[in-house]
Amino acid sequence: MRYLIGRCAAGVLTVAGAAALYINAMAADVPGAPAQRIEITATKFAFEPKEIRVKKGTRVTIALKSPDFVHGFSLPDFNVRADGIPGKTVEITFVADKAGKFIYLCDNFCGEDHDKMTAFLIVTES
Amino acid sequence: MDDKHYSRRDFLAMAGVGGLVFASSLPGCASTGASAGAGYGDFSFVQLTDIHWGYGNPKVNPDTRGTLTRALAAVNALEQKPDFVVFTGDLTQTTDDPKVRRQRLREFQDMSRSLNVPVRYFAGEHDASLDRGEAYLEVFGGALNYTFEYKGIHFIVLDNISDPAPILGAKQVAWLKDDLAKQRADQPIVVLTHRPLFAMYPQWDWATRDGQQAIDLLMPFKNVTVFYGHVHHEHHFNTGHIQHHASKAVMFPLSPVGTMSNKTQLPWNGAKPYDGLGWRTVRATASGAAQQMREHNIG
Repeated sequence: MRYLIGRCAAGVLTVAGAAALYINAMAADVPGAPAQRIEITATKFAFEPKEIRVKKGTRVTIALKSPDFVHGFSLPDFNVRADGIPGKTVEITFVADKAGKFIYLCDNFCGEDHDKMTAFLIVTES
Repeated sequence: MDDKHYSRRDFLAMAGVGGLVFASSLPGCASTGASAGAGYGDFSFVQLTDIHWGYGNPKVNPDTRGTLTRALAAVNALEQKPDFVVFTGDLTQTTDDPKVRRQRLREFQDMSRSLNVPVRYFAGEHDASLDRGEAYLEVFGGALNYTFEYKGIHFIVLDNISDPAPILGAKQVAWLKDDLAKQRADQPIVVLTHRPLFAMYPQWDWATRDGQQAIDLLMPFKNVTVFYGHVHHEHHFNTGHIQHHASKAVMFPLSPVGTMSNKTQLPWNGAKPYDGLGWRTVRATASGAAQQMREHNIG
């Protein structure tokens, strides 16, 4: 899995318990790609919004807030994952380079309804 | 043939009947005589997984207490008594309440004591992720990862659930490396773990993030088989020559990998109660014959 960069105001994150150091995403460096910033909030036990839509080819920046737990943000079909950090906004950038409906989920076990923490990215043809 | 009465030949015979049973070579099949180690012999063990004691959705399973009772009774009724039973995690349904977690673990432990053979346990994420195994260790003692030997097979229990991440972690990977360094290259190894070590389907959180490190360490050994749970349906996969076998769950079935957009607990089938629920017998045979597994249904 290719890990994308997780950034916050303080710089590169290190995350307790998750052996991941997020590495800059080559996929994010596509010249001329349209950009879209999307705020996502992860709380027990849901993502808000539950569905996000972008056009194929968009350079997407997820601004992840996770106020109550180190929720995971995993979008496996784009090899994207990061950990949310309570009190901070983590940014994850990737290019939505294929169309379809793709699940994203919390992949840090967070409680009774952890399995309900799923949502979808819809990538439409340009 | 029923679940109580089957012969050694049934394991093999059913292998040729597609879909009824999966049979395959397991550790030991290539190791005969002295190379298999002293004490190597014919034995079987039972894998029970994903009990989720405390689960409470009657649309999925209206008989939660009865389902476990049935499974335990079926194991006790096996004519060829297994040498031991191993519970491969998610003994209880998770709860955010530490008191209820302990209560469920103790209730499950009491239930499992009705088994008439030795029992081994380890935790799943429902048991141990929210407190890093504190309640589990309090009730069951021991450790979250450990090894044991049985009739020539080296069993390794890996913990890929007590870190919410979920990972094995650098410390455990180093522990595994040290343990494997003591093993012969032809040592038959069985790995018992809860989550799949390989990236089975990360879209449904069916993976261990650093599981590949364990697979890489195991790869030099010729006879390695992994038994796991977590995915609540039967699944078989190879990473190179290493086999990975998921068993059906005791408490509720999940949709097979990738068949729906979201992981789904399958509703109770009134026309076929306990459909999709089950457990597994693994048979290790002496003198180099292939080892096999047999899938049992509950109900």
